[in-house]
Amino acid sequence: MTNTDIERHLYDVVVIGAGGAGLRAAVEAREAGFRVAIICKSLFGKAHTVMAEGGIAAAMGNVNSSDNWQVHFRDTMRGGKFLNNWRMAELHAKEAPERVWELEMWGALFDRTKEGKISQRNFGGHEYPRLAHVGDRTGLELIRTMQQHIVALQQKDAAQYGDAEVNLKVFAEVTITDVLMENGVATGVYGYRRESGSEILFEAPAVILATGGIGKSFKVTSNSWEGTGDGHALALRAGGKLIDMEFVQFHPTGMIWPPSVRGILVTESVRGDGGILTNSEGKRFMFDYIPEIFKDKYADTAEEADRWYKDQENNRRPPELLPRDEVARAINSEVKAGRGSPHGGVYLDVSSRLLAEEIKRRLPSMWHQFKELADVDITEVAMEVGPTCHYVMGGVQVDPDTAAAVGVPGLFAAGEVAGGMHGSNRLGGNSLSDLLVFGRRAGFGAVAYLKDGSAKPKLSDATVAKAHARLNAPFGRTGGENPYTIHQELQQTTNDLVGIIRIKSELEAALAKLQEFRTRIKNVTVTGGREYNPGFHLAFDLENMVIVSECIARSGLAREESRGGHTREDFPKMDPKWRQINLVCAADGEGTSSTAKTATMMSTELAGLFDPNELAKYFTDEELASVKGGSN
Amino acid sequence: MGRQVKLRIWRGNKENGDFQNVNVEANEGEVVLDVIHRVQATQMPDLAVRWNCKAGKCGSCSVEINGKPRLACMTRMNTFEEDETITVTPLRAFPVIKDLVTDVSFNYKKALEIPAYSPPANLGPGEARMEQIDVERSQEFRKCIECFLCQDTCHVIRDHEENKKSFAGPRFFIRIAELDMHPLDTLRNRKRTAQEEHGLGMCNITKCCTEVCPEHIRITDNAIIPMKERVVDQKYDPVRWLGSKISKREGIS
Repeated sequence: MTNTDIERHLYDVVVIGAGGAGLRAAVEAREAGFRVAIICKSLFGKAHTVMAEGGIAAAMGNVNSSDNWQVHFRDTMRGGKFLNNWRMAELHAKEAPERVWELEMWGALFDRTKEGKISQRNFGGHEYPRLAHVGDRTGLELIRTMQQHIVALQQKDAAQYGDAEVNLKVFAEVTITDVLMENGVATGVYGYRRESGSEILFEAPAVILATGGIGKSFKVTSNSWEGTGDGHALALRAGGKLIDMEFVQFHPTGMIWPPSVRGILVTESVRGDGGILTNSEGKRFMFDYIPEIFKDKYADTAEEADRWYKDQENNRRPPELLPRDEVARAINSEVKAGRGSPHGGVYLDVSSRLLAEEIKRRLPSMWHQFKELADVDITEVAMEVGPTCHYVMGGVQVDPDTAAAVGVPGLFAAGEVAGGMHGSNRLGGNSLSDLLVFGRRAGFGAVAYLKDGSAKPKLSDATVAKAHARLNAPFGRTGGENPYTIHQELQQTTNDLVGIIRIKSELEAALAKLQEFRTRIKNVTVTGGREYNPGFHLAFDLENMVIVSECIARSGLAREESRGGHTREDFPKMDPKWRQINLVCAADGEGTSSTAKTATMMSTELAGLFDPNELAKYFTDEELASVKGGSN
Repeated sequence: MGRQVKLRIWRGNKENGDFQNVNVEANEGEVVLDVIHRVQATQMPDLAVRWNCKAGKCGSCSVEINGKPRLACMTRMNTFEEDETITVTPLRAFPVIKDLVTDVSFNYKKALEIPAYSPPANLGPGEARMEQIDVERSQEFRKCIECFLCQDTCHVIRDHEENKKSFAGPRFFIRIAELDMHPLDTLRNRKRTAQEEHGLGMCNITKCCTEVCPEHIRITDNAIIPMKERVVDQKYDPVRWLGSKISKREGIS
């Protein structure tokens, strides 16, 4: 095949990923007058955003008027154990309400308050009811609204130019295998159509990564097949950096039975709406797991916890609503102590807490999911739940304001693939808002880059030839391994050795194992043709998962403390010295490297939003002095 | 542990294809998609099947199981007899790409034909006020996961390729109904265009779409029938007809 045979497209902006972040970025760039291609690995409208259940966090103050961006900012920082990129958390808290209202203007129909405003629900780590929601299918509402808004823009183009796709086109079922680079600058992307297996090339000066997460590297996960860390790997190979990769969120409540549904998410709304966690002895165990740093915010008796649902001013929150990392670790400890449920989880009960009708109204998808997949009626009995790999806090290191990937001109990243916003642990509901806030910012970041007047390099034939050769390599091999086998082993390895509780010896073992996978995937053989061949698809996804897992293990080994989504059995305490450090992963020859970088200090203005006694729990003495000194 | 089950899977592409029989293990609690994945991992690495969430939320794994349009991820293996051969075929109403994967682009073309939500011009961000009871009607239709099983089963297009041009199908009738019932949508005539431009009149209310909907949306009763009734009201009620002429109102609600 020569370069001229390859399907070739020319755009201003290429967005990889059609979830909330990708679509919002595309809208922004299109509305600024640029031609945009949206690439999705699956069909349009199926992105993993659809799985988000509970809601979208935004301090609109519709339910409790005391809420505002400062409170949201504080909650986000606390949830991330102060490792978050301050600026991102600030922008996120400030802009989330506008993004929710904008969705409403584009046709989203959120549940309402009595006054007819957008209703907001309670969620773990959020001080006030803050999550705009549609029952427990908020992600579906977001993706469908964005999808329909894209269609609306296309309809305008159809009316004006006679072609709906002239300025904004969705390329469904296309996988990108390379960001095409010239002299360190992004010039386009290369990949294949899943349907036909044929190659496809996009030339574009701005490339936005919005590829989501990495969950499929783990065995028990709430992620779909798409979560294979494509954007993380693409950025690394393009010369970008990944930060905070050691922080992986295990959502405390995934389904655990039957085995085939293990990992599927049980929304946090179950707890937000009153559900409680109990062990095999019937004990509501979360009261035993309130960490010191949160003691003033969480109820220590069932009576107070229950009163909170009605009166939040005068009572502290139930400990079931602690941030996700705390709840996941607590469940893990209960099971390890032999107080688990028959299938190795704990009980999540809403049946004794709400009337059946109310459960069906507030949690319709959950009712449906358990009824149809597990034959369990959650209005009558408790659910069995356990932790499931849900979200990666780490990701591409970006400029907070423009989402530009650090070190790679022309490359941008938004949503789960970007790092920094959530620090060491993400609060529920902060993901959907993150998608929209930073999706939009990536869109205008790309627009600013296109308009900045700098000369953009031209794509060379040699670069294309390299990407072409890489894509075709698996077909040229014979006698190698089946990708499914290696994938299963990889998932087992990460699960066993880089999971919810980590220790030095196991992380080292994981790295050795990953080195072995790296060698083995070089010989992966694909059988069958190019047409819609999942084995072929997996061969490339697998390479991404291995490199991303390596970053997780390497950073996990380096960080000698426990914080948020990174728990070390050999270093069980949080250490203020480590709070100043972000671990940065980069491609290094065929492997990866991890280096420590000092995090930027929060401005005194933002630091002033916290009680100094609270900051003392996280900061070193020198940092505290500098913040108090008001020098900035 | 697991038991052996018999599957009959259609394999092929747009030119030709045939059934292939396989025996494969099935474990407790598994769904058809799990078993198909096991076939893929152990016997047919290039078997094409579309799927994403495996939790009935994304609507990707639509196939026909023993002739019925279903989500493979929501069809439990224990709903079949022990010695039953389970036949899995691609959606019949859409062209095959490969094996169990079909070209559903028809639906995306139809989506482009439905006029978008049109909010009031003077409404600022956060100013919208709607009652819960009023949004619930549209919310029912917004539960749609776009699995297109309703489109697949609808006999207007299932065996009549020629009707596809003028028929949007149940998925898009609920989209029109959703917008029509949206408390703030300002676009008039949605019902009439449903009838005149999107083929609502071709539907003869056999409710097949409602039966296959995995989200249990009452497509026929709550969307199609009310729209048909209102269209009839408006078109044939002489008083309304006269009223619409005098005041030049286009709307019918």
